Amino acid sequence: MQYLFSVIYDKADSATSDEMAAIDEYNDGLEAAGHWVFAGGLASPSTATVIDNRGAEAMFTDGPFLESKEYVAGFWIIEAADLDVALKLAAEGSKACNRKVEVRPFL
Amino acid sequence: MSGIDVREAITRAHYEEWARVVASLTSRFGDLDIAEEAAAEAFAIAVERWPADGVPPNPGAWLTTTANRKAIDRIRRENKRDDKQKEARMLDDVGPPEPLGALEDERLRLIFTCCHPALAMETRVALTLRMVGGLTVPEIARAFLVQQTTMEKRITRAKAKIKAARIPYRVPSAEDLPARVSGVLAVLFLVFNEGYLATGRDTEPVRHDLTAEAIRLTRLIRALMPEDGEVAGLLALMLLTEARRAARVSAGGELVTLDEQDRGAWDTALIAEGHRLVRERLAAGVAPGRYQIMAAINAVHTFAHDIRDTDWSQVLALYDQLARIDPSPIVALNRAIAVAELDGPEVALAAVDRLEDKLAGYHAYHATRADLLRRLGRSQQSRAAYDKAIELAGNTAETAYLTRRREQLR
Repeated sequence: MQYLFSVIYDKADSATSDEMAAIDEYNDGLEAAGHWVFAGGLASPSTATVIDNRGAEAMFTDGPFLESKEYVAGFWIIEAADLDVALKLAAEGSKACNRKVEVRPFL
Repeated sequence: MSGIDVREAITRAHYEEWARVVASLTSRFGDLDIAEEAAAEAFAIAVERWPADGVPPNPGAWLTTTANRKAIDRIRRENKRDDKQKEARMLDDVGPPEPLGALEDERLRLIFTCCHPALAMETRVALTLRMVGGLTVPEIARAFLVQQTTMEKRITRAKAKIKAARIPYRVPSAEDLPARVSGVLAVLFLVFNEGYLATGRDTEPVRHDLTAEAIRLTRLIRALMPEDGEVAGLLALMLLTEARRAARVSAGGELVTLDEQDRGAWDTALIAEGHRLVRERLAAGVAPGRYQIMAAINAVHTFAHDIRDTDWSQVLALYDQLARIDPSPIVALNRAIAVAELDGPEVALAAVDRLEDKLAGYHAYHATRADLLRRLGRSQQSRAAYDKAIELAGNTAETAYLTRRREQLR
C-alpha cells in the first residue's frame, strides 16, 4: 500500500540547513525500514504552469491551478502496511521538515 | 411461543448480537460496508422467519451464518460484473469459524476502527453508534439533530475512507493503546453527555436513549478490557451520574441542582455499582486518570445522604488532583464550586473571575458566577450573569432553572 505525504507550507522560504539535516536522517530511516519509494521538494507555486489539452489545442496558464495561502512544498511517496503505520511515519516526517503533512492513500 | 415473545427475542438478539455479527463479518471479509449490510439483512430475515419457524436455539450463530451467506451472495453478485480474482481471494480467506474467545476481540477491533483518530469526532460517534451500537441511520440522525441524508453521507464517507486509506481492523499495539482507549472513551462520554444534557429547543432535557446506549457500550468495553482503569472509571462516572437522573429534572421540567435534589429518588443499585468500581480502582493502587478522578468526585457526592454531609475537602482534594493532569478552565470552574463550600463564595468568585477570557462563551461559567453573586447579595450583577447564562444555555431544563433563579432575585 502506498501513501502520498504532501508537505504543506505557507511561507516563501525553503528548508533551513537544520531542517535539511533532519529530512536526510528521516529519509535514511525510511530507506532502511523499506518504506522509501520517492520524495522531492518543489519550487514555489509561482513557477507553475497549468496545461489544459482537453480541447482543440493545449492551453497554457501561468501560475498554480489554485491560488491559496498554503501550498504543497514537497512530497514523499512511501510504502506502508496500513494507515496506522503511515500516520506514524508522517508524524515523524512533519517533525523532520518542520511543516504540516497531508497523508493520502494511492488507489 | 407468542408473537410478543418472538419480538422480544429479536430485540434481545439485536441488542446482544449486532456488534458480534458485524465484527465477525468485517474480520472475515475485510469490508465494513459488506458486514453492515449483511448484518442488517440477517436481522430483517429473522423478523420475517422467526415468528413462523420459531426462535433458533442459538440466535447469535443463526444470525452470523445467515449474514455470512448474504455477504457471500453480495460478493458473488458484484463480482459477476467485475473481478473474479478478487472474489476468489475474498472467499478463499474465509477460514473456519473462529473460536468463541476470539470473537470478543473482534468486537474490540471493531470499536477501535470506528474510533480511529484519522476520523473526525462526529464521524467516530456516528460510526460507533451504527456499527457497534446497531442504531439505525435515522435514529443516529435524530439523536444529533441532523438530516438523515447528512448522516447517511457521513457514514458512507467514513466507510469509504476506512477502506481506501486502509485504516486497520485491529486492537492497537500496547504502546498506542492508552491513547487509543482514551479516544474511544471520549466518543462514549460525548454520547453520554449529549444524552445527559441534551441540547436543542424541542429536545427532551435528558435523553435516556443516549445515556443508556453510552452505558451499554461502556459496559461492553469494560467486559472486553477489564484491566483498564480508565474504562472502569468512565463506567463508574456514567453510573453515578445516571443514578441521579430521576431527581435531576422536576415534574415541571426544570433542572434540579445537586443541593436541591431528592436523594431518595436516586437509583441505589446504580450508585452501589458505581461505588464498587471506584473502590476497585482505589484498591488497584495505580495513579488514576481523569475519568477515575471524576468518578471518585461523584462517589463522594453520592455517598452523602444529605447535601450537608458532603465531604467538600475530599471533593476539593480530588479536583486538585484532576487539575494536575487536566489543567483545563472547566476543571478550574468546577473546583471553584467546591472552594465556595469550604472558603465561602467570595474566594470562589475571585477564582471564577480569573477564567473569564477562557470561558466567556460557556453557559456554566455565567451560571456559576450568577449563583456566587446571588449568595453574596450582589443582585444586580447576579441578574446580568443569569441573563448571559440563559442566553448561552442549550438545555431546556437548565434554561427553566436559570430563569426561575433570576426571577427570585430581589
